[in-house]
Amino acid sequence: MNVTFTLQDQTSRTVEAEPGWKLMEVAVDNAIPGIDGDCGGEAACATCHVYVAPEWRDATGERTDLEQAMLASTFGVRENSRLSCQIETSEELDGLSVEVVGS
Amino acid sequence: MTTAMPRAATDLSPEQAEARERIYAAPLESLDPAKTDRFPTGEWQWVFERLRAEDPVHLTTEEHSEFGRYWSLTRWADIQAADTNHELFSADGLITLNRPEPVARTTSIFDGRELTEEEVQERQKAGIRSLLSMDPPDHEIHRGAVAEGVAPANLAALEPLIRERAGAILDGLPIGEEFDWVDKVSIELTAMTLATLFDYPQEKRRQLTYWSDVITTQAGPGQPAETQEEHDLAIRDFYMTMAELVGSRRSEEPRIDFMSLMAHSPHSVNFSEAELFGDSVVLLVGGNDTTRNTITGSVYFLSQNPEENAKLRANPKLIPSMVSETIRFQTPLTHMTRRTTQDVEIGGKVIPAGDRVVLWYVSGNRDDAKVQDADSYVIDRKNPRQHLSFGFGIHRCLGNKLAELQLRIIWEEMLVRFPEITVVGEPKRSHGHFVKGYDSMTVVIPRRN
Ligand code: HEM
Repeated sequence: MNVTFTLQDQTSRTVEAEPGWKLMEVAVDNAIPGIDGDCGGEAACATCHVYVAPEWRDATGERTDLEQAMLASTFGVRENSRLSCQIETSEELDGLSVEVVGS
Repeated sequence: MTTAMPRAATDLSPEQAEARERIYAAPLESLDPAKTDRFPTGEWQWVFERLRAEDPVHLTTEEHSEFGRYWSLTRWADIQAADTNHELFSADGLITLNRPEPVARTTSIFDGRELTEEEVQERQKAGIRSLLSMDPPDHEIHRGAVAEGVAPANLAALEPLIRERAGAILDGLPIGEEFDWVDKVSIELTAMTLATLFDYPQEKRRQLTYWSDVITTQAGPGQPAETQEEHDLAIRDFYMTMAELVGSRRSEEPRIDFMSLMAHSPHSVNFSEAELFGDSVVLLVGGNDTTRNTITGSVYFLSQNPEENAKLRANPKLIPSMVSETIRFQTPLTHMTRRTTQDVEIGGKVIPAGDRVVLWYVSGNRDDAKVQDADSYVIDRKNPRQHLSFGFGIHRCLGNKLAELQLRIIWEEMLVRFPEITVVGEPKRSHGHFVKGYDSMTVVIPRRN
């Protein structure tokens, strides 16, 4: 499956992803700038904040409770904000498009 | 429980080996990891090494500690679990592990006014309130009020300013002559940044440093405040100055310094005196000696580890990774404290409701179960950003990117100027069990590039 990250400088990068990975891990593995994943994927640091493209919001699901609490303490939060460590890649998400927010 | 003492992870001097043996020989229940004099000597390492192996969730009772009864979390996994569960582990009214029952005050520390009976009780119950010692929903309101001061866009705007200052500080250093790195570099740079964040006059920046130092220490000989009166006066001065700043900013156009943000937050009119003071303290202290001690620590660790120093000099791209590794290895704040809201099972023990729990970041950062070869300083380790020094969860350090930014810039500017920095003797380490750092460190810069 493929995922497209729109970077902070508005260029985009499309990378291949193994299903079953956390989206944050896919980003870190591909050295996507602006995604750090300091806490290792526990929704505890908010360094993997992304905006999910409108057409992918349903498919990527709801925020978890801790994710919600973390987003309440983070910069630049919008309705389509997610922590990418809380999104698991799957074949259904092939073509997923997100924008990197940075922290 | 008796367990054979394992081999030390790193080489120890005879005195260190003896101290370590003493710690391993002590009855487990007598261990008081908060004991303040183990921090400047480095003995803390073996207390935590032993606890992680033998009693990772450790209870210290009243009779064994001047800090009263408290629990210690020493393993990475337990610390992260507690830090990210603000419902079970409340931060309300707590930051560091304090002595129980502080001296009762009947006058306001802020303006000397007599307090009512109710206010005295209220204060004793709540302690000083700040964004760092609040639970949701108050926490979000207070953090949200000032967060923009260190938002990514603002940091990008700060970068050239910090770089210019770092360059000027470094260009002014003596060559071939001993000087105190802490005073001339670490404090100077962080004080300038702090003055900018508060939009406080640069020429008075050392006042901010002084207030921060007083607030984080007890009054006493050789301390920033020698007497209790001096201590109280400094705190009152700080509070009055901050209250005045907020007051005057209210009638000015909104800006992005912390005091203006606070003044123009729609919520801040409802902030109490104690909350305004608490938030100001956290913003002052939070970014001050933490960053300062990391700057000093980076110079010290690299001088102690010549191979790591050589790697950095051969490849300046390692600066960000060296910065993260230094923040892990230094752990500028050793711990945060929480209180259980109900009985909590963790690490095989049950901590009863209402007990104080200390999250020892300084121990979790040395947990081999999470960090490979954790007692060694390795600037190009695999996951240098994974450390506990900024905490996790909703209270995670608001200024973590600003701290990294200052460290990265000062090192970029150092590497182009100085081929070598020699540490003379051992640094003088700070006293206390919360801020882990250095009072002074003598260095010589032999020559410029
Ligand atoms: C290396 C430098 C620094 C270290 C090690 C550090 C460490 C910490 C830690 C451990 C916490 C509490 C985390 C928790 O309870 O889970 C914290 C919170 C905080 N820090 Fe830092 N800090 C640093 C630099 C800064 C800077 C430069 C600022 C600038 C303003 C800052 C502002 C704050 C604030 C405002 C909080 C409270 C956040 C909250 O409660 O929501 N810190 N920091």
